[in-house]
Amino acid sequence: MSFYGLVDGSDSSLRNYLKQLPGVDQVGAEARAAMLATRSIKTTSKAWAIDTAISMVDLTTLEGADTPGKVQALCSKAFRPDPTDLTVPHVGAVCVYNDMVGIARQHLDSIGALQLPVAAVSTAFPSGRASMAVKLQDTEDAIVAGAAEIDMVIDRGAFLSGRLIEVFEEIVAIREVCGDRAHLKVILETGELVTLDNVRKASYLAMLAGADFIKTSTGKVAPAATAPVVLVMLEAVRDFYDLTKVRIGVKPAGGIRTTKDAIKQLVLVNETAGPEWLNPSLFRIGASALLNDLLMQRMKMSDGYYASPNYVTID
Amino acid sequence: MNFEYAAAPESRSVVKIDPEYGHFINGKWVNGSSHFNTINPATEEVLSRIALGTAADVDAAVKAARNTFDKSWSKLSGRERGKYLFRIARIMQERAREFAVLETLDNGKPIRESRDVDVPLSAAHFFYHAGWADKLEYAGVDTTTAPHGVVGQIIPWNFPLLMLAWKVAPALATGNTVVLKPAETTSLTALLFAQVCQQAGLPDGVVNIVTGDGSTGSAIVNHPGIDKIAFTGSTEVGKLIARAVAPTNKSLTLELGGKGANIVFGDAAIDETVEGIVNGIFFNQGHVCCAGSRLILQESIADEVLEKLKRRMDKIRVGDPLDKNTDLGAINSAEQLAKIRELTAAGEAEGAGRWSSNCALPENGFWFAPTIFTGVTQAHRIAREEIFGPVLSVLTFRTPAEAIEKANNTPFGLSAGIWSEKGSNILWATQQLRAGVIWANTFNKFDPASPFGGYKESGWGREGGRHGLSAYLKGSAK
Repeated sequence: MSFYGLVDGSDSSLRNYLKQLPGVDQVGAEARAAMLATRSIKTTSKAWAIDTAISMVDLTTLEGADTPGKVQALCSKAFRPDPTDLTVPHVGAVCVYNDMVGIARQHLDSIGALQLPVAAVSTAFPSGRASMAVKLQDTEDAIVAGAAEIDMVIDRGAFLSGRLIEVFEEIVAIREVCGDRAHLKVILETGELVTLDNVRKASYLAMLAGADFIKTSTGKVAPAATAPVVLVMLEAVRDFYDLTKVRIGVKPAGGIRTTKDAIKQLVLVNETAGPEWLNPSLFRIGASALLNDLLMQRMKMSDGYYASPNYVTID
Repeated sequence: MNFEYAAAPESRSVVKIDPEYGHFINGKWVNGSSHFNTINPATEEVLSRIALGTAADVDAAVKAARNTFDKSWSKLSGRERGKYLFRIARIMQERAREFAVLETLDNGKPIRESRDVDVPLSAAHFFYHAGWADKLEYAGVDTTTAPHGVVGQIIPWNFPLLMLAWKVAPALATGNTVVLKPAETTSLTALLFAQVCQQAGLPDGVVNIVTGDGSTGSAIVNHPGIDKIAFTGSTEVGKLIARAVAPTNKSLTLELGGKGANIVFGDAAIDETVEGIVNGIFFNQGHVCCAGSRLILQESIADEVLEKLKRRMDKIRVGDPLDKNTDLGAINSAEQLAKIRELTAAGEAEGAGRWSSNCALPENGFWFAPTIFTGVTQAHRIAREEIFGPVLSVLTFRTPAEAIEKANNTPFGLSAGIWSEKGSNILWATQQLRAGVIWANTFNKFDPASPFGGYKESGWGREGGRHGLSAYLKGSAK
């Protein structure tokens, strides 16, 4: 098999490819991310950024306590974030555990949200500690139940111990299950990879193996979507596009709770990968609490004052 | 989708600019005999009228400084001197926004830099030297000797407040009194600093500020009552000063020009290197004596680095310096802009490849788009002369030895940068480079604890750190 003509799927070709990637200077990457965090986004650009961010949210619930009722409420919220203002765009997707996919899909269809995709976390999320057979079946189940997007986790243990080809082959196998039926987001769990060099290597590994998106985190490990990590991943998709003319998406997830956080992410995208990525098909933000803060700030911009939290619906 | 950043200007309302200023001599404002305009280089708007210091004004300032030195300041304990410096540092922090906005108005630099670099570093210099004032005997300098007495200080327009801090803080910490002349085009933050001295209760005559042009500077350099001259500016003027001071008993330190080599090895972390190149030459519009104005790239990665550099340069936001999102502000003066244009025209005439970022420049004021020249050789003027603007000359090399040879092949020797992921390579290159400041995998980083100064025609002496203290004590190393 040929993976963009860059590696041939063998251990040695993958290893050689990842080895020749330039290193990441952590101090420099942190400084760049910190500088971009000083961008001041006000008035019309803030209004634009808020709506753009809303349309990029993967509205997520990944709790052991999730119930059909909870998931249905989330779906309603995802489709009409502010029931009093229908100019608010719907979010990018609803992200749930595997067994909730069917419930979410049915509910979305029943309220007319036919185009709003359901994303399922898959491959023994969040740890990825299961047999390959289980991971494949997990993915198949989700797609059959109506998931249009699969958020899989990589085997961080294999990555850290240098068994890169195992990580690669796992992604390739899940990619095959997805086929044309579902988009594949690959969660690197950067909080466990720790170094930015690892983040860059894992990003390329996932892209070569067929990821449509690379995603920072499960949300279960801290730190999650830090600015330097997202910066390095955006550089990776930008440079990968130069090599292949294929645009891979990026999804930061975990720890993005405020409008300010979200706007910082959009600035990172704008000034790193470029405006082409400022699109829900190429950039998503995995979040739960974020949406309500975006809605609060949106109301503030139109009304000129902060409304009581009771004016924003809970989900 | 296009993410346009709406205007986000910092408010001007925090600063109060008088229509006209005098000199600050012996703790009081003294009217000038004639005045000249100081303008905002981003708009050409006249901000105020600055007094043109005469020989008589300089003489009055020197007498005040001498009187205060003899009668009180030299007798004060280090702890007392430190107390004043701490006060000044704290007031500068409290009035940081005022200083930042005023600096940006008068100099043209982006508010992001005056706010995040110039003003905090200036305060840091006062804090650092405040700490040394009562601990000089532990600084490794010769404390058996006294301070010089009256120090004449002449500073440039590129970092008006920061250069003031570099000069005034060590002079006061070691017990000298000061006659300072800010640059002709950027006097306003020095005059605000005079107000801070008053606010801090600094004794009259310790800091005297005489504004003016080259003639005022010359009056300071040639005044017989001054014991030491400290100058930051061009190598050309530095040489004139050295000649003037040579037959006298005055001590002298000089911080002069540079043509910093930024060397990128094939194994560098490319994205961060590109950031470092940008920071090295486009920080402060390239009005930086230690700017990394010569990029020396290993041929094996030259194309990749240049492509990424151009893409990054297209993201540099040029415009209103008061806008919080501006990366590159205005050129400080029409004169400097003419000099940049002259040298870049020479670069084109000599056959180097010119590329400028695609940015709209404002109609009024003095502007120059971020520019690089490729295919530059050692024989080009733009590889040899200091441009002091947002213009980068790109040279390439094949072997490490060639990189060092090119880097050192200049009459200057202020700064250099090394980009490599290999520690041994960095250590080796550092030992070969003839430059006073060498950065590895970073550029334009400053800290009051770190001595700064040049080899060869880039200067005499060091500023900052313990080395910088000794320049203000008699008998210590020059």
